[in-house]
Amino acid sequence: MSAAIREGTRQVMAWLHGWVGLLLGWVLFVMCLAGTLSVFKPEIGQWMRPETSAKADPADAIQAATDWLGKNTTESTAWYLTAPSGRTNTVEAAYSSGGSYLYRALDPISGAPAPRETLGGEFFYRLHFELELPYPWGRWLASIAGLVMLVALITGIIAHRRIFKDYFTFRPAKGQRSWLDGHNALGVLATPFHLMITFTGVVTLSSLSMPWAMTAAYGSDLVKLYQDLAPGVAQRAPSGEHVPLAPVAPMLREAQRQLGGTIGRVYVINPGDKAAVITVFRSDADQLGFTPAEMSFDGATGKPLSKWQENRPAVQTYNVVYGLHMARFAPIATRWLYFLGGVMLTLAIASGMVLWIVKRRERAPLSLGNRIVERLNAGVLGGVPLGCAAYLLANRLVPLGIENRAALEVSTALWTAGAALVIGVALKPRWSWPLLTGATALTCALAALIGLPVSVMSAVLLTTAAALALLVVKQIRGPKKRPERKRRAAA
Amino acid sequence: MTGAAQQRQGLRYRANVAARIVAGTIGAYAVAALFAMALARILPMERVQAIMPATLLALLVGPAVTIWAFLARSPWRAWAGVILLGALFAATAWLAGPPA
Repeated sequence: MSAAIREGTRQVMAWLHGWVGLLLGWVLFVMCLAGTLSVFKPEIGQWMRPETSAKADPADAIQAATDWLGKNTTESTAWYLTAPSGRTNTVEAAYSSGGSYLYRALDPISGAPAPRETLGGEFFYRLHFELELPYPWGRWLASIAGLVMLVALITGIIAHRRIFKDYFTFRPAKGQRSWLDGHNALGVLATPFHLMITFTGVVTLSSLSMPWAMTAAYGSDLVKLYQDLAPGVAQRAPSGEHVPLAPVAPMLREAQRQLGGTIGRVYVINPGDKAAVITVFRSDADQLGFTPAEMSFDGATGKPLSKWQENRPAVQTYNVVYGLHMARFAPIATRWLYFLGGVMLTLAIASGMVLWIVKRRERAPLSLGNRIVERLNAGVLGGVPLGCAAYLLANRLVPLGIENRAALEVSTALWTAGAALVIGVALKPRWSWPLLTGATALTCALAALIGLPVSVMSAVLLTTAAALALLVVKQIRGPKKRPERKRRAAA
Repeated sequence: MTGAAQQRQGLRYRANVAARIVAGTIGAYAVAALFAMALARILPMERVQAIMPATLLALLVGPAVTIWAFLARSPWRAWAGVILLGALFAATAWLAGPPA
């Protein structure tokens, strides 16, 4: 290949990188930010429920949860429970009751919902791949954005001339040059992480976005497909005959003895029915692969129905790819690296969006379309973090015990982000940027300081607040003007 | 160049880009989907296992085709590639037939 063609290739790649980035950059920014926060989903949940501090053995906690759910739900078809672990003390429960689908964190001793009713870190987790849109549209948009991100990464790498040099290149306060250097450094330093997290992320939604291998092999026989995928999950139709659930804790202990490790998730299907099934999934906190083993019990009698230890190579490969994204295997240091990688990717996206404008602004006055992009940039890139911070602050301010408390926290986040978007569109960027960044800094600081218990989370929030405050100072001062040097050169 | 010629040039550029965009989105997805179907049927393992590498690799094939649609020397070539690959994978999947 001649040098000329290679130069052409690079230009095409840069063009494609720019356009796909512009097209889905804001969506990707939201996904990356929320995904980064989701790395600490259990810890955020813990921070958001300071009143609930009791600890219990996972089996006892699940027993308490099922006791409470048995008394306080009606017409439930399923309870999906996640056992407490070293990272969180509550039982996470998603369940249907009286026709609605609920999510609650349950006290490990009493089994009752935590008094500070909140989605906790689950909000960021859902935002990450559902984008607050109804099923399946949010997941579709996330899938498309993920694939676009993959294209953006690959084209970005090909468009790139000097990967190694960029590790060490940063020329500050030089407008476009600085933004490009920053964008490159953020992208290049963690390229393997960016590629890994994007590809594995796309894989997590593949049953929706790329179901064709399944279709080719199974046609429309989804029941058989699911049986083959998870042979340890017993499936049967409800009988309609009411029989109370047998004690759960002995089944969990039996599963733990047979599967090894600790209890991860527990599904109770058709609770209260004679054909109820309880499936216990071994925790994946100590290994890469997602869902390593499971065991099912007859819910009425407590007798084992089926057991499965995953060791099929291709399935395990898939589970490891999936597990790499979920990062549940990660010990604390690795988790912080995931967080750091996520922060860098989020900032790479944000700086890329800003770069689109800076580059064009330095050449000629912005077109109307680009002026709109410039303002939406301020609204989205400044507004979404503000919404996230508002969610945390709302957790401290909304009184306990009021109706729909958890939903109120979420709507606070969404309305705040919406208002920020309006501010971004309405005000000049030189006003809206410092305003929104400053508001985010203030909100983070307040969330850290109101209703303390002091924790790592408060330290992270305060550090974020301080960093953003510094950024505001920079924004207000504006970039250093360069004409001095030009004048000197002219003289 | 006259205004009309310039306009024709602009139109041609737009048609070029539009043709590549369709090839790189719908075309790339179709190729990836057909690739997944073909691989799921021809891999020599039980079907529940075969769908795993088929799906994983298809998710890499898709973006690769997208990028290639823009790198090809002309939109015609981009489309020819998409159609050829698609036909190849479709024929493979069809000939292999559903697993017993």
